[in-house]
Formats: sequence, C-alpha cells, structure tokens
Amino acid sequence: MSNPPTNNPKYKWIGTRPDRPDGADKVTGRARFAADFNLAGQLIGKVLRSPHAHARIKSIDTSKAEALAGVKAVVTSRDFPEQPDVIVPAGEMQVNLRDVTRNIMAREKVLYEGHAVAAVAATNEAIAKQALALIKVNYEVLPHVIDVAAAMKPNAPLLHEHLMTEGAKPAAARPSNIAKRIEFAKGDTAAGFAKADVVIERDYTTQAVHQGYIEPHATLASASEDGQVQIWSTTQGHFQVRGFCARLLNMETSQIRVTPSEIGGGFGGKTVVYLEPLAVRLSQKSGKPVKMTMSRDDVFRASGPAPGADVHVKIGAMKDGRIVAAECTVAMQAGAFPGSPVGPACMCSYACYDIDNVFIVGYDVVSNRPKVAAYRAPGAPISSFAVESTIDLLAQQLKMDPIDLRLKNAAAKGTKTAYGVTFGTIGMVETLEAAKNSPHYKTPVKPGFARGVAAGFWFNVGADSSAAAHVGEDGTVTVISGNPDIGGSRASLALMAAEELGIDYDKIRPVIADTASIGFNFVTGGSRVTFATGLAVVNSVRDLIRDLKGRAAKTWGVDPEGVIWENGMAKPAGSNVGTFEPLTIAQLAATAGKTGGPINGHAQLNVTGAGPGFGVHICDLAVDADTGIVTVGRYTAAQDVGTAIHPSYVEGQLQGGAVQGIGWALNEEYIYNAQGRLANPGFLDYRIPVASDLPMIETVLVEVPNPTHPYGVRGVGEVPIIPPLAAVANAVARSTGIRMYDLPLSPPKLSAALDAARPLMAAE
Amino acid sequence: MTDILYKVAKTVREAASLMAAAKGKGRILAGGTDLLVQMKAGMVAPGTIIDVKKIPEMVSITETKGSYRIGAATPAAVIGEHKKLKKAWPGVVEAINLIGSTQVQGRASAGGNLCNASPAADSVPALVAAGAIVTIQGPKTRRTVPVEKFTSGPGKTTLKAGEIVVSLTLPARPKASGDAYLRLIPRTEMDIAVVGVGVSLTMKGDTCVSARVGLGAVAPTVLLVEAAAKALTGSKLDATALDAAANACSAACRPIDDKRGTIRYRTKIAGVLLRRATAIAADRARGISKQGH
Ligand SMILES: Cc1cc2nc3c(=O)[nH]c(=O)nc-3n(C[C@H](O)[C@H](O)[C@H](O)COP(=O)(O)OP(=O)(O)OC[C@H]3O[C@@H](n4cnc5c(N)ncnc54)[C@H](O)[C@@H]3O)c2cc1C
Repeated sequence: MSNPPTNNPKYKWIGTRPDRPDGADKVTGRARFAADFNLAGQLIGKVLRSPHAHARIKSIDTSKAEALAGVKAVVTSRDFPEQPDVIVPAGEMQVNLRDVTRNIMAREKVLYEGHAVAAVAATNEAIAKQALALIKVNYEVLPHVIDVAAAMKPNAPLLHEHLMTEGAKPAAARPSNIAKRIEFAKGDTAAGFAKADVVIERDYTTQAVHQGYIEPHATLASASEDGQVQIWSTTQGHFQVRGFCARLLNMETSQIRVTPSEIGGGFGGKTVVYLEPLAVRLSQKSGKPVKMTMSRDDVFRASGPAPGADVHVKIGAMKDGRIVAAECTVAMQAGAFPGSPVGPACMCSYACYDIDNVFIVGYDVVSNRPKVAAYRAPGAPISSFAVESTIDLLAQQLKMDPIDLRLKNAAAKGTKTAYGVTFGTIGMVETLEAAKNSPHYKTPVKPGFARGVAAGFWFNVGADSSAAAHVGEDGTVTVISGNPDIGGSRASLALMAAEELGIDYDKIRPVIADTASIGFNFVTGGSRVTFATGLAVVNSVRDLIRDLKGRAAKTWGVDPEGVIWENGMAKPAGSNVGTFEPLTIAQLAATAGKTGGPINGHAQLNVTGAGPGFGVHICDLAVDADTGIVTVGRYTAAQDVGTAIHPSYVEGQLQGGAVQGIGWALNEEYIYNAQGRLANPGFLDYRIPVASDLPMIETVLVEVPNPTHPYGVRGVGEVPIIPPLAAVANAVARSTGIRMYDLPLSPPKLSAALDAARPLMAAE
Repeated sequence: MTDILYKVAKTVREAASLMAAAKGKGRILAGGTDLLVQMKAGMVAPGTIIDVKKIPEMVSITETKGSYRIGAATPAAVIGEHKKLKKAWPGVVEAINLIGSTQVQGRASAGGNLCNASPAADSVPALVAAGAIVTIQGPKTRRTVPVEKFTSGPGKTTLKAGEIVVSLTLPARPKASGDAYLRLIPRTEMDIAVVGVGVSLTMKGDTCVSARVGLGAVAPTVLLVEAAAKALTGSKLDATALDAAANACSAACRPIDDKRGTIRYRTKIAGVLLRRATAIAADRARGISKQGH
C-alpha cells in the first residue's frame, strides 16, 4: 500500500494503527450480531409480504392463523396507530411518519412486491410459516409502474391518489407520481452557453442498487407487563430505533431501551426501521419476547435499496477547458413513498467545480419499488456519474488531460456552490494534485488497458453526540459513546482519548452504550462518528482531565489552576505552585474516594463545521471485446481525509467505497419482471464484486485538516463511493471508443454495444 | 415439523434398496452442496436422506488400462489432487474444480453436479466432451448410459425409481489428445455459468482426427454438439473450421432471455468459448500446457 505506516509526527497516538478493540471477538466468532441475541421463551416472528407490485387490500382474514396451535399473536396495520403527515430525519434522509407506518405495514394498498401486510409470532419458525400461509388477503390487483420515466407520464398508474408535486412551477393541478420538484440556480446558464466554445449534452441512466450489507436485518423485542420495552437490534442508530418505535407505537421514549448489536454492515440502509415496531407489537400482544430476522430475499425485496435515476447533463466550456455553464436534471426513484436523495444528488453534481453559471433541477418520483434508503453519500454517485462522464467527454474533445481539466475548474476556499454554501478550507486541488502525482498516474497504462479518472464530493455531517469517560479504580478508562461502530470508529475514538489523556491506547476501552446508558446520539451516518462523536469524546476527556486536575489540586492543597495535565499525569503548573511529585491517573484513581468520589467526564453537543471531502479515483481496466467482460487491473483512490486518526481504517473506507462503486458500475442492478417482481433477490444474481474480481485498491491519503475539529477530522466514509461509477465508465470509453450512458456496464450490455458499433467503426 | 430419516449406506446395493424403500421420497446425499441449500430454501423436502460417502466405490478414483472410473460422490478437491487423472483429462478436472469455492470443493462431487441436473452444471459439458459413461445401480441391476443422455430437463434425470449413480467412466485416450473447459461468468468466482463449453480433441500432426464438444447453460440440458465436432474433425483447426464450429455451437443454442444473460449474448458467447476452448485443447494435445480461464 502506498501510505507509510509511520505516525503523524504531530501526535503520539493519532496516526498509528493499533488493532481495533472489537477485532479479536470478530475474528474468533465471539462478537454478537443481532441474530445472536436470544431470550428464554422467545417466539419467532415472521412477516407476510405482498406478492403484488401494486394492489388494494380489500380485506385481511387472520382468524385461521390465530387459531393455529402455537401461534401467539398476529398483527396487521390495525395494530399500529395512524400517523400525522410530518417529516422527521432518518439518517441522512427525511421520512414522513405517515409513510413510515405504511411502509412497515401496508394499510390501504400494497405498493411493492415484498411490502409487509401482516406478521405473526409463534412458538417456532415452522408454525410461524404455516400461520402465514393461513392468512387470507383479498387483493384488488392494480396496474403498476416501475421506471421513473414511465412513472412521470401523465397517464401512469398513481401510487398515492392525492400526491401533488411540491415545488412545481406552475403549481400542480392534478395528482401525479412526482412528489417534488427542486431547483438550484447560480448565474445565467443561457449566457454561459452562448459564449462557450464547446457544449456537450447527454442523457444517462443508473439502476437501483442495494447496500448489500452481509448481516440481514434482525431484532429481538421484549415487552414487560408494566409497559417497558427492550429491543436488541442491528442498526446504525439505536436512538432512532427508539424514536421511531415510540412514535409508531404511541409510547414514551423512556419506556423503550434499545441495545445495538455488533453490526454486519449498514452503509446507510440500517438508519430506518422495518422489523422493530412489529416485534414490539407482537411481544406486547403475546406477552413473550419476539425474535425476527429477515432472509436475504426479504432484504432485497423490502429494505434499502438506493435509487436509480435518469440524469440529463449539459456542459459548456471554453477552448482552454474553463467550464462556463453547467446544467443537470435528475429524475430519481424514491421507491413507494416520497423521499429520494435527489436533493443531495443535485447539490453534489457540480460541487467539485467553481462554475459561474449553474442550473440544476431534481424530481422525486414514486414508483412500485421498495422505499429507498440511504446508501453512502445518498444520491451523489448518480449525478456524479453523469457529470463526470460528460467532463471526460469534454477532456477528450479538448484533448486535455482529465486531471488538468479538473484542476482548471477545481473548487477551492471561497468557491460559492450552486446550493448557496461558500467553501472554507477544502482539499479538491490538493487531491487532484495528489492523484496526478500518484505512482499509479505516473505509470504509463499497460498495453491492452485504458485509464479513466473521475472526482466526487460529499458534505459530511456533524449533528448531535454525547459521550462520557469514566476512570476505573485502577486508573484505566472506559470511553462511552452511543454510535454503532461500522467502520472502526471505536479504535479512532480510543486513539483520540489516548492522545488527550496521554495514556496508552490499550488502557482505554471504548464501549457503545444502549439508549438508557448515554445521552442522545444521532445515527452512525453522514461520515459523522469520528468527527462529531470524536469531538464529544475529546470534550468528555477534557472534562475528565479537569476533574483529575481538581483531584490533584485537592491532594496537594493548591488551586486547580495550579495543576497541569501532561503525559497522563497531573503536575504543578510551575515552581511557584510548590514542588510536588506528579500524580498519575492510577494514583489519582486510587485515592478518588478521598478527593470527591468517582472520576468521570462527560460531554454533549450539537456539532457543526463538518468539513466536506473530495475524492479523485484512477481506474485502469481492460475490456474483452468478444465477451464484454471488464477486468480492472489497477485502481487508486485519492481523497482529502482531514487527519487520518487510524490510517488503516481510513484506507479501509476508501477501499470499501471504491469496491462498492465499481460493483455499481459493472454488474449491480435491480431487475424487475413484467409483473413488477424482483427477479434477482439474492447474491447469486445480484452481483456484488467478489474478492478475486479486483486488485488491491491503492489509496492516497491527502491530509488537509478540518480547522473546526481539534484533530482536524473530516468524514471519510462516503466520498469514496462517488467517483468509481464514472472512473470505470470513462476507462471503458477510452478502452473501446464507445461511451456507455446506462449503468451497469454488464457483459451482455457492453458486448451488445461493442457489436453494434463494430460495423460503424469499420466504416469510418 | 416433518421428520427426516437419515441413513448411511455401506454398499451401493444397500443405497439403491434404501432409495427404493423410500418410495420417491428418498434423496442421495453426496456433498450436499445442492441438496442442503435446496432443503433450506424449501425447494425439496426429502423423507429419507441416504448418505453415500461411506461407500468406497463411490468416493474413489481407479485406473484400468488408461480408463478412469470416478466414484460419483468423490469430492472435487480429491479429484483435483489426482495427478494422473489431471494429466489425462485436464479439461474435466478443471471443470470439476471450478465448482464453488475451496470450501465447496471439499464436499461437492461430480455425481452430485450431474444428478442435480442444472443446465449450467460446470462439470457436465466437459464430461460430455470427454465421452464419459455413467454407471447406474438399481435395486436389482446395473446399467450404463452416455452422460449426454442422462438428464432430461432442468432438475430432471432419467434415473428410475430406486436407481442411483455409482460412477463416471472416462475412456482411455489415444496419444496427442487434449481437452478443455471454459465457462463465462460475469464475475471471476462464485457465479453460475452463462455459457459453458467443453472440447476434447485428438490430433495427428496438425490435423484434428477426432473431436467432441459439450455445451452448457444454453438449453434445458447440456448438449453434445455433433455439428461442431464434425466441423473440427479432419481440419487443421484453421479459421474456416473454427468459424463453422463456432457457428454450429451458436446454432445449437436454445437459450432463454433472463437475468443471467440475453439470448443474443448466450448465442454469441457459445461461439466465442468454442474457439477459445478448442485452442487450449489443441495446445494440450500438442503437449503445450496452458491454463484455462
Ligand atoms: C456456494 C456454492 C457455489 C457453487 N458453485 C457452483 C459452480 O461454480 N458450478 C456448479 O456447477 N455448481 C456450483 N454449485 C452447486 C453444487 O456445489 C454442485 O452442483 C455440486 O457438484 C453438487 O455436488 P454435491 O456432491 O454437493 O451434491 P448433493 O447436494 O449431495 O446432491 C445434488 C443432487 O443430486 C442428488 N445426488 C447426488 N449424488 C447422487 C447419486 N450418486 N445418485 C443419485 N442422485 C444423487 C442429490 O440427491 C441431490 O438431489 C455451488 C454451490 C454452492 C453452495
């Protein structure tokens, strides 16, 4: 790998690569994922799902299922109260509670194949399955619509009979499947295009893809007679599980305690609830704990995915490469309910560049697909694929190096984005330069291979975090936070705590507390944990140090201001304070009873100032002209990462994001049959890359510290999934001479395009 | 819950009688890499499972005068480690070794691959090209059948009640023979063939004196493509012969349009793989060793 294992020279612990605190349990199989939780007397819950893409529910008869021996509870939408039409945040997305209750359990209609219509709890799985077969649902099957373009047509089947397009100009007169129209404008694109030497205009499509986490959704819920509820669940936000369950079940948050399991991947897809409210209701009705797990088939049909979209791009530039006008229209799948990530898709489309005239329009479109969920940098990879492909066309037309063209237009400090924000300290230029100077880019392309380049931008977020630091009686420290660890965050939090405290990393044990044991935390999402929860941890440790200094002051009989903290010890601030032997954290812990009792620190804050991140990826690949199979030979991801607290886990994020993006580009797609049923709900036919498909992904960490964070942290987890789609497509275009506008670039599709172009090329 | 009877057979005859006694609800368990997956998915619900891995004849490889008999339940990993077999039939062995991953290889068998009767089974086109003979044991008698006549449709075999597959026999080879198997999958591993082609050749100098071609995943059963073999036989494997053989493969396809590939794509790839597999088989026949895909 290209990054040296050396420490960051400024720090003792930050920049080192110790083993993660959860590593041993994970490699030995001891770690407990959600399906590993069991309680005595638990029932097994199962969901009955719609076989239809779109149908009215005329009646549901559960009497036979309820009568089956071993069945302890059955629920349908009748068991969940109606919800108001209000929008609440769910991770990086916004959801409407009225829709959420309909998504977890269909009410008037089923809106996609796999939509939940009833659930049962029984003494074992076989009985639960039998019970599902005994539930009689009377459906009136309705015409369905799967694709965005079809769903936007005036005569398309309507999913929601009263949905009027928000933000339409002029105001919508009639209901449609277009939930929302949004617009971002800067300058005057007409004037920009008028003076441009070159104008390139193209249409692109991408398909729905799944986050593909290896651990399926699973939960265990136990409701007590006194109204308390405990939930164990695999989630990116146990506080959100608590919040959603409280709202959906009309409960108080303090009555619900949620413990997150170790998490087998989420990528944004575990920021919403599916099973938890059902398990709680089944447990309340049966008086027993209820365990529910999704099959892989359920995961594909009824959770996630990320949307597909139709994107139109028009870019105008001067001969020297300066982009003078840029437009983009994104029509994005929301799934069955409004709320696609079309907003961020629009905002990110041109955020890498400093362009005077920009006009962006987005449409949020419902169709008979599962409701989309967040997936790493929601929306951004899609608009970026279209924009970065068009910029590559521009580079080809102007015969410019693709990195030089981007450098000519790169956003920098002071650049005003089309969505209104003016950038502070950012690293787009540095990242482009790092990519250009990378060993990969400096090496000539191997014969038979071709090279593609693309860039990407993501905001990153801050939001609410709480943390605490407790000193044990032996002077070791527990750092408590409330964000499920999906990318090695516990290691990073412990490293920052070690740096602050001046004690060894292995004297610190980071744990993730349940909802009743630490203050509120927003989800693990938006690349926020190492940044925002990291800041809460740093502040909690600073609070702890203040307490420790006070204990030393008390011991020595001096003012607290007379004590400093250095290398894990309290020391007198100067000779004027007096001469005292330094007191270690262990010594202070041993006498804590005499100096004021337990020594703890805590912090809670709403974190702002998240630093945006930029990535530039380089992809060398070969195309087998006869089969259309793409072989990636070399791949490098460069990114401004703020400060790499634990470089291995930063590299891991870059590599994982790149691999998911390459899968999105090459083979992943939701395939629907004529009945609107998903044809590939499994990992055999929904093809994520396997290890042997790809070379080791090289990384270049560009450290442009975020000035708002004490250690310069920026989020790093989302940016790397943005550039690969276009990096791959651009390399394919340069390899074959054929530009592919529709993802994925699967072998049959690429082979057909190559064959179609062959006679044309021969004629030229 | 339904009970399943699990029986371990010690002899081939015993296994066949147990199958007969199970009256259509019996299933042979070889590696179980298809059977257990299908049971979990609720696709099959056997009344009796008959484990044949303790029957020596079914888990061993023997050679008689250049002909190899492979026990139907012999794990793929054992087959891959048999040096002489690999030298004689590199295409058959590479096809069997393509099944699944290292873990799957420890269990999966060629007999199971054949009896599962998937049109995309990887070992079968290579076995068809090799001219393998299937030995079948019924409750009373043994019989043999050429491998290309063994399956009758997706998931369907020509086994009669109480019959099981005992072994696969590969004929003795003339000198200057070689075989190869290539499959196309969109990924590099853990995938299912969109097309699979097995080719077996015998050369005399530059001339191909005999050829067999097996074609998988493009029709309800794996096909023996005699027209392709005919185009190769007697030729110097020149462009005209290869074109004709590739076209014969494409013409033999009766594929479906599905999530795994279009009709157009499968038909085209059948020809592409025929050319590539023929080249490898010919090199092997001439003693130029080459790895497949
Ligand atoms: C992860 C994974 C990857 C895979 N990859 C591939 C692949 O790349 N290519 C491929 O072709 N397949 C693949 N498979 C499918 C499977 O591994 C193969 O078909 C394998 O050869 C089956 O062999 P087995 O011994 O495990 O069969 P089993 O599962 O034991 O048996 C399969 C079927 O044949 C019957 N049967 C077995 N032996 C006999 C016998 N002697 N007589 C009568 N009936 C019998 C069984 O009752 C059962 O119905 C994969 C499977 C998995 C789980």
